[in-house]
Amino acid sequence: MSTAVTAPHFALPERHRVIRRRRAASLIMAGLLGGATVFAASLLVIIAGFVIVRGLPALDLAFFTDRPKPFGVEGGGVAPAILGTLEMGALAAIVAVPVGLGAAIFASEYRSGRWAAAVRFSAELIAGLPSVAIGVFVWAFMVRSIVGNYSGLAGALALAIIMIPIVARTVEEVLRLVPGGLREAGLALGAPRWRVILFIVLPTARAGIVTAVVLAIARAAGETAPLMLTALGNTFFSFDPLRPMAALPLQIYQYAVSPYDDWHEKAWGSSLILVTVIALLAAGLRLATRSRVR
Amino acid sequence: MTTRSDRIFAGGVGALAALVPLTLFGITVLLLIEAWPSVTRYGLSFLVTSEWDPVKLVFGAGAYIFGTLVTTTIAILLAAPIAIGAAVFLVEYAPRAVRGPLGFLIEVLAYIPSIVYGLWGFFVVVPLMRTAVEPALQGTVGQLPVVGALFSGKIVGLDLLTGGVILAIMILPIILAVSREVVSAVPNAQREGMLALGATRWEMVSRAILPYARAGVVGAAVLGVARAFGETMAVTLVVGNASTAITPSLFTPGYTLASAIANQFTEADSELYFSAIVEIALVLLLVAIVVNAAARLLIRRSGAAREGMVL
Repeated sequence: MSTAVTAPHFALPERHRVIRRRRAASLIMAGLLGGATVFAASLLVIIAGFVIVRGLPALDLAFFTDRPKPFGVEGGGVAPAILGTLEMGALAAIVAVPVGLGAAIFASEYRSGRWAAAVRFSAELIAGLPSVAIGVFVWAFMVRSIVGNYSGLAGALALAIIMIPIVARTVEEVLRLVPGGLREAGLALGAPRWRVILFIVLPTARAGIVTAVVLAIARAAGETAPLMLTALGNTFFSFDPLRPMAALPLQIYQYAVSPYDDWHEKAWGSSLILVTVIALLAAGLRLATRSRVR
Repeated sequence: MTTRSDRIFAGGVGALAALVPLTLFGITVLLLIEAWPSVTRYGLSFLVTSEWDPVKLVFGAGAYIFGTLVTTTIAILLAAPIAIGAAVFLVEYAPRAVRGPLGFLIEVLAYIPSIVYGLWGFFVVVPLMRTAVEPALQGTVGQLPVVGALFSGKIVGLDLLTGGVILAIMILPIILAVSREVVSAVPNAQREGMLALGATRWEMVSRAILPYARAGVVGAAVLGVARAFGETMAVTLVVGNASTAITPSLFTPGYTLASAIANQFTEADSELYFSAIVEIALVLLLVAIVVNAAARLLIRRSGAAREGMVL
């Protein structure tokens, strides 16, 4: 206490050198971190570039309207795969949207208590499951027992399980952004709680709910592994949910592992379609969330 | 005030919500039941032996577990530094005008379906690895005494190393998005305190921000591990799927747990074979549950508002 604090007395040039070294280290690290960022962002440009450049030559009208032809036959398209993806996505949404919404309303509006936490936590864990494990579950549950063969319905169930936690978690976040005052105003007017939720809270959060559903569909549309184990794929037009069904990601896989250059080109073309659809959905989402939710 | 209609509505919502934990429970129980014949017959040897012979009905997933561990380790070693560095850059360095667009480009990476990564990996990365990267590695570090073993053997391009590289690219956006939330959640007083002491920007980042955000950043990396662990299609296309030998060489055309399922499920002609494949899925499921729960606890403790909710 009594001794005076002695400042480190570097000679002046020495001190300048230390400061210069620290500044240089800071600059070098800034460069490295910036480099990491540019590298990460350029990966997207590279991958998107390959998909566009290699995919474009495959696209013509028949690619969107025709079914895959056996090798050696000119032309052919991926129409059954596009329709199959749409059909299974729609079937999955029919299951996933009500369940996801219910879970979100439960977790956000009745959040008191352990049960809401349990719902939220299990949604997080389902979201973290490897999609192939969900595929194996549906394979064992439907393909090997209830239905007895690979089917579009089984594919839709697998996609639904993938979509539910996305809808539940995203909608819950959105419902929490609805101001408490709106709920209280409704209750003060004598409206029962269910009317407040259905006619005040949900309409207020409508944009966010649509966002959540679109997001879930975008994510499910690209899933491959669970569909391989459930829907299997099909090169014919088939809309029967109890039969094997085609899907874009499956078509890409089948074309990719084939030994033919023509089919490789078609794999890139199918990827271009898939990525374009997902990118449009994502870009639309970003615009929607920027203006409404935040 | 609770009316009867309120109770009915709450009951309906509760029933729908209950389906979520029930689904998780149902998946776990059914996989356990279906895997049981294999679990009881092979016991622990399923996890530690690597002979997988459907004809002799001998199933040991050791090589698949090994392949999964190797590819996941490569992926996290490559991806974590880049992703965390980029997250720090986006939060602490990037000017506002650049922050949005760059962040968006990287977020979009997370939307690309894994089959497209697989296609790109198969036709672009694999030839690159075979003709340039792997011969270069073998020619340089491959000549060193101990580490050299990692880069020995015949070069085919379809191997554990390539699988790890593709995985690294796939988990990069997840780690980045979560780390960005975590670093953003560091209170400004930490930054100001450090700068007021005369620290340079890097000193602020390395001594105030990263220590403060450590739990969350580790959580982000663990979440990346969880994703890499179960990733299927992209890895299946590039990892080789040819050898169940456990060798030190990263140039082994091996399997991962997930790629083994994708490659073999159509061949499950006997009940035991089927059961063994389900047991692989069960291993994936249990590890995913444990790892995800751990990651989320870490991230929550770091005070990030939301852990990149859709990821």
